Amino acid sequence: MMEFLSDTTMVYITLAAVFGIFMAWGIGANDVANAMATSVGSKAITIKQAIILAAIFEFAGAYLAGGQVTKTIRKGIVDLDAFGGNPDLLIWGMLASLLAAGTWLLIASVKGWPVSTTHSIVGAVIGFAAVGVSVDAVSWGKVGTIVMSWIVSPILAGTIAFAVFTSIQKLVINTDNPLNNAKKYGPFYLFLVGFVLALVTIKKGLKHIGINIPEGMEFVYAIGLGILVAILGAILIRRIAFDKKAEKRFHYANVEKIFAVLMIFTASAMAFAHGSNDVANAVGPMAAVISVAESGELASKSSLPPWVLLVGGIGIVIGLATLGYKVMATVGKNITELTPTRGFSAEIAAASTVVLASYTGLPVSTTQTLVGAILGVGLARGIAAIDLRVVGNIFMSWVITLPAGAILSVAFFYLLKGVFS
Amino acid sequence: MVAKNYMSGLFGRSPITPLQEHMYRVFKGIKHLIPLIEGMIENDNEKIITAQNKITKGEHDADVMKKELRTHLPKGLFMPVDRRDVLDVLLRQDMIANQAKDIAALIVGRNMRLPEEMNVPFLAFTSRCVDTVKQALQTINELDELVETGFRGLEVDRVEEMLSELGSIESETDTMQEDLRNTLFKLEKSLEPVDVIFTYRLIEWVGNVADNAERVGSRLSLMLAR
Repeated sequence: MMEFLSDTTMVYITLAAVFGIFMAWGIGANDVANAMATSVGSKAITIKQAIILAAIFEFAGAYLAGGQVTKTIRKGIVDLDAFGGNPDLLIWGMLASLLAAGTWLLIASVKGWPVSTTHSIVGAVIGFAAVGVSVDAVSWGKVGTIVMSWIVSPILAGTIAFAVFTSIQKLVINTDNPLNNAKKYGPFYLFLVGFVLALVTIKKGLKHIGINIPEGMEFVYAIGLGILVAILGAILIRRIAFDKKAEKRFHYANVEKIFAVLMIFTASAMAFAHGSNDVANAVGPMAAVISVAESGELASKSSLPPWVLLVGGIGIVIGLATLGYKVMATVGKNITELTPTRGFSAEIAAASTVVLASYTGLPVSTTQTLVGAILGVGLARGIAAIDLRVVGNIFMSWVITLPAGAILSVAFFYLLKGVFS
Repeated sequence: MVAKNYMSGLFGRSPITPLQEHMYRVFKGIKHLIPLIEGMIENDNEKIITAQNKITKGEHDADVMKKELRTHLPKGLFMPVDRRDVLDVLLRQDMIANQAKDIAALIVGRNMRLPEEMNVPFLAFTSRCVDTVKQALQTINELDELVETGFRGLEVDRVEEMLSELGSIESETDTMQEDLRNTLFKLEKSLEPVDVIFTYRLIEWVGNVADNAERVGSRLSLMLAR
């Protein structure tokens, strides 16, 4: 009997790891390109640079700041008290969720549908818990908050993007000497990027990698990092070779050149934000299965083993290296007309919003947040043409994705239940 | 797994660059109105035909651009400029090219010559009308800068200045047109009646070129005002 039990445990853990890594791979292969779309689309950085930045910062985001959202996916959406002390239900459910989300994403990406990983996994977890276990097994309050965050995050990002872009217009573009003002104010924007990211990361994370920062000191560190980023930016700006000829053809050519350099930082921030929020979609269910399978009980107190995030981060990077670069090249080739000042504004807004969501443990869609930010810039009359039909499709996709993820997950749940019991 | 990517579909094609390119092609054709009139004055048929060919080619090139722009301007596009304004500017620009083509066809078809006294003022009039189109082209060329600045600030002032310059060149052509009509009226009795009618028409048509150039400008100022 004991022999058999440990065998199934091994099977569970293996399956969880395989499915989880596959999901992480899928995120790296497909989703990262969306997060980096504005960076490569505005030609601020090359595809190669985008891949390198994405690899570093997706990993950093996942490992350093991915804990909160992972916790939500792992045990925030489901109410463990309603499982009647049966840990198998959670294991089957989480495995089913990974399978369901993976299947749905595979279908969607072949068809070219704008489907969010986050929506798929959240829908799947709700599905198995509500139908497979009981309606009470879902923390509906938490689900409500998550759904609200899906509405709020694009709006918030859009508002920030509008404000950032309007401020760039006021401080830089519409002045007598845009070039000098770009040099002057550019580093200040970078300070903000560094500050927000550092603050949020330090406040919630870092304990799991053995760094303990005393209460209240996070501000000091965040300011320090912000200044460091700003100085680095200022040095890079100084090294730009300006093109007088291009300036004649297009008066703002050199201003855009400065913002292209600044976008290296916002692109990194985007990758960091994406990693911190989306890694949970893969490793959240995986972690739930592993901790329950190992302990054999529904221990809601167990903390997240740090290596889980590490595995997720590595999975994303592998996805990026094997397939992600191709997707990114397509995105970059097809987006024209987006200039660095716009991409910069949209990315600052989207990255801050997503990082804030990661900090609060809310799984949001990075793509939708970025689209919200792009619309914000568009409202400031900043973008030549946005296709509203595509925007509509992107925003409406979760209406289909939630039930699709849920139905698939219920099906896989009963399948696994039949196989293992 | 790599199929389509929706993020790249998010950004529609900007109508600005094609609109500018269209106007450039229009101008490239209609600037040959000057050698056309010169040919008429110098009684040089070869020069007239060459000019006509260049005008027709310009009109044709512009048409290609026009069709491309229209097919890439679906309704659901969110732009910093009104879709109707873009289409109207395009229409006016198109009318400039068509008018020039008709002028050339009229001159060639009727083998037209001007009365001696009108030669110099008519050439001056034509060249000023071409200037109006050139000014309109330069103003349209500021559109990408306007988008860059989000239709605000110094760039708007600059474009407004260019627009008022456009207006004043156009009203100059109006005065010249009036003077030409007066001269023709005085000569009427001594000329073939049918020639007179067509000479009036020629004056009017060349004037239309400047009128449409000015309307391009007024539509542009509507874009600024939004």
